[in-house]
Formats: sequence, structure tokens, C-alpha cells
Amino acid sequence: MKILVPVKRVVDYNVKIRVRPDGSGVELANVKMSMNPFDEIAIEEALRLKEAGKATEVIAVSIGPVKTDETIRTALAMGADRGIWVKTEEAGIEPLTVAKILRKIVEAEGPGLVILGKQAIDDDANQTGQMLSALLGWPQATFASKVVVGEGKIDVTREIDGGLQTLELALPAVLTTDLRLNEPRYASLPNIMKAKKKPIEEKPAADLGIDLAPRLDVLSTLEPTGRTAGKKVGSVAELVGDLKQAGVI
Amino acid sequence: MATLLFAEHDDASLNPVTARALTAARALGAPVHVLVVGENARPAAEAAARLEGVAEVLLADAPVYAHRLAEPVASLGVALAGEYDALIAPSTAVWKSVLPRIAALIDVMQVSDAIAVIAPDIFERPIYAGNAIQRVRVRDARKVVTIRTAAFAATGEGGAAPIRAITPADAPAGTLFVGEQIAASERPDLTAARIIVSGGRAVGSAENFAKVIEPLADALGAAVGASRAAVDAGYAPNDWQVGQTGKVVAPDLYVAVGISGAIQHLAGMKDSKVIVAINKDEDAPIFSVADFGLVGDLFQLVPELTAEIAKAKA
Repeated sequence: MKILVPVKRVVDYNVKIRVRPDGSGVELANVKMSMNPFDEIAIEEALRLKEAGKATEVIAVSIGPVKTDETIRTALAMGADRGIWVKTEEAGIEPLTVAKILRKIVEAEGPGLVILGKQAIDDDANQTGQMLSALLGWPQATFASKVVVGEGKIDVTREIDGGLQTLELALPAVLTTDLRLNEPRYASLPNIMKAKKKPIEEKPAADLGIDLAPRLDVLSTLEPTGRTAGKKVGSVAELVGDLKQAGVI
Repeated sequence: MATLLFAEHDDASLNPVTARALTAARALGAPVHVLVVGENARPAAEAAARLEGVAEVLLADAPVYAHRLAEPVASLGVALAGEYDALIAPSTAVWKSVLPRIAALIDVMQVSDAIAVIAPDIFERPIYAGNAIQRVRVRDARKVVTIRTAAFAATGEGGAAPIRAITPADAPAGTLFVGEQIAASERPDLTAARIIVSGGRAVGSAENFAKVIEPLADALGAAVGASRAAVDAGYAPNDWQVGQTGKVVAPDLYVAVGISGAIQHLAGMKDSKVIVAINKDEDAPIFSVADFGLVGDLFQLVPELTAEIAKAKA
């Protein structure tokens, strides 16, 4: 069984983003970029399934403009076998379009499982996996915290509101990862060197026959309105008095 | 045309986030129909019918909708979509899983986690863990929107909408429900609680959560929350997590104990009405959003506060 893992290049999660004062967007020039952390978890899970003999090949796919291959290379350094780079002119392709592109890749590659991060930490949309599953007509399990692959099926424990839910999906299927599924490995230096020799196939997005135009017009991007700091109180008694006055206790 | 709101419920009762999402749905200006989908879900439908400003409640009650699995529920949504201009749902685990499926199948780009309705086709939503707010206009004729319910006040009761039973749509097979572990708790639900007491890494252990944080929560009649650092350290279960990767809450009172105030956490609680921070580091970022800050040792201050609250309530 092949496993396909879509990965996204995003601003590194440690970077404090800066909103451009003119409202035109988030400053992306000269900012450290990394693989979306939920996608690292997806790669890790795919690698563990391969190491356990449940999968034969792990393919990392990413969609984006120049330098997107760096993110694919990171996946290869972690241990993915090969990469596919769907090249676009611009970054920021919307989830619905990404899902349509991925459907084409799935149809060409025939994986038994697609594992995606539950959301990207830039647009926080949390849509792509569900959309891909719907377009393919494959079963889905979002927010996975445990995955057990059986014969032609997969048991997935999911993080839901208030607890956990376990589903059994017929393969092929689509999963999205939650934080507690695993702890992704670091790429070792020898593996980073080896990854340089692994193949990355380049596919121009224009060749896939999918309309890449956005459906949402971004009118503005602004800093959130902040809260202002209140006061420091000197004692527990003072705090209780203030809370009573505020009418919350 | 009308707006269809997907209700969050557990068949027996309506989750209060539904009334908050209703406020957003009504802001679109069209009549609102509420869909209650589940098995033996009439009590939830009756509760939805009592909400103000609901024109009609649709009840899809069938075994295929038990546990609200994404595939059959999305098929139902697609079957209904043609009669509506907008499909709206609260951003809960269920609807986060279902709504993008519907959006893809009717070829609409979804707006996730709307925090404001500016016009029927213009919404605001947080990106980058709430560090930026994007205003977007939907070009698609039909809108599919999930609502960050903490950003909207609840619509009150006072309605008496008719309930119309609808027949199930064809449901794809492929997913089987195996089981569920829902933490049983006497305390209020985190997303619906009026007061929340949250602990961070400084609480130090699961035992200390039970010894220090939970008694304060119980004295206040509050839900218990935790920072991601406390969850990662194993001090608290994941479903207590408040923050960008956990639950986004907006209670009347939020008490942050031993939480430094990482952006990730602030994104999940900064819409709370009153915020109290208790931390020994007076420069902790949490104080920059707190209405009332108390600097000192949580192991001394929190039991003292618990006793004071108990005294005040007695």
C-alpha cells in the first residue's frame, strides 16, 4: 500500500508574524518557513506504518511556487521515498482547489491511504482533508490520535469534543492528524544528505486542468484588537472584592 | 431564500453553542431554519424550536445519523443545500468534520471560524492562531460558513417554531462507529461554562491539578481548563485544552493559574469577559490581557482564593 502525504510550506511556528500596517496581508519576506507541524505528524505516521510493514511507499506532495521543494525535501529527509511538486505561480492556493489538485494526484498514484495535517497554521482553515475525502468518495477520519491498520480496513481513534471516538474505515481512506498522534522525528544529517538524491517529480498546476482562481476575496488583513492590561491586585481579599463588583461571582 | 443552521446537540439536549451560532446565522438577514440530525433527537429539536427567530426546525431522525458520522450527515446537507443561500454551523468537532465535505460537494469555498458577519457575503476570521484577522468576501453564490461561537452572544428563548421531520438522504457506507469515551464530569462543559479555571505548566503535576485547580473550579461552579503546555506534560487531559489547538472559549470569568500566556493560549480565551491571572512571574504575558492580576505563589494563593470564594458564597 502506498501512502500519500500532502505537506504545506508555512511560516515557522516559532515566528511571531507581522501584519502589514496597510492591511494588505502578513509580511512573508525574509521570514523563516517550515513544514506545517500537523503535516510533520502526518509524515511521521506514514513512516511508522511503513516501518511496521503496513505500507510500501510514502509519497510527499506539495503545491506551491518556488522553494516549495524545500518542504518536500524535508519530508524526504524524514524518510519519505519520493516527492511530487505541483508548481504554481503564487502561494496561498485555497483548500477547495488544493483538494481538487490532490484528487488528481490520488487518481494517478492510487494510494491506499492519504494522511493530512488537520489544519495549516497559516490559514487555520481545517478543510482540505475533509474536502478531498468527499471529492474521492472515500471514508474520512479527522483529528486522529491513534491509527491501527488492519486487513483492508483501519481503526482510527479521534479527538472529539469531550473525549475520544473510534471509527473503523474501509480502505482506501483519508485521515487528518491531531497533535497527540505521535512525535515527529528529526531528520538526521545522513538522511538529509540522502534526501538530496531522492526524486521530486515536478508537475505544473496548469497542466492539471483545474481553475486555480480564488473564490474568497481577501478585503483586508488587520491586527486583532488587543485587550488592555487591567490592574494588579495586592491580595486575595481584594481580588474577591473586585470580582464581586464586576458581577462575575 | 433562507439560511440553514446545523445544530450542535447530543440528541437529548441542545448544546448552548447552537444559540450563539444562531446569532451569526440571523445576522445574514434571511429566515433561519435549524437542522437537527441524529437518532432519537426530538428533544434537541424541541429545544431548537424554542430559540428566538427560528422559522422552522428540520428534524432528520434515523439510525444512520447516530453519532453524526461525517459521511451520511454531509450527504443530507448536500441534499438540502439547494434550498438555501447559506449553510452555517458552529465550529465544533462534528461540524468541522462535516461542513468542508458539503462545501466540496457543492463546489463552494468554505469560510472557517467566522468571528464577525459584516454583510451576507462578507465575514471576518482569524488566521495565524488569531494573530491576524482577515476580512473575506465570498464569490460563490452559496455560502458555507463555520462559526467561532465564542465571538457571538447567545440568542435567547421565546420562539415556537414548527418542527418538520425530513427523510434521510442516501448515505455512503465505508465508516463504522466502533466506540466512544466521553469523560463523565459533574462540572459544566468547557465551551458552555460561565466560569473557567485553567491551570498551566506551573501547576506541576496531575495531582496538583486535583488538589489546587479543581477545588477552586468547584467552589466557583466552574469548568476546568488547561494550557497546551500542561496537557503536553500530562497534567491534564487533552479535552481540557484551551487555545488555538484546543477549545476557544469566552466565559464571563476566566481564571488563569500558572499560565504564562503563550499566543497559542491567548487565542483561545482572550474574548472572555473578565480575565484573572495568578502567576509568580510579574512580567508574564498573561498579565497584559488580564483585568485583575495577582502576583505570587499559586500554591499559596489559590487555596486562599478557594476558601474566600467558599466563604463569600456561604
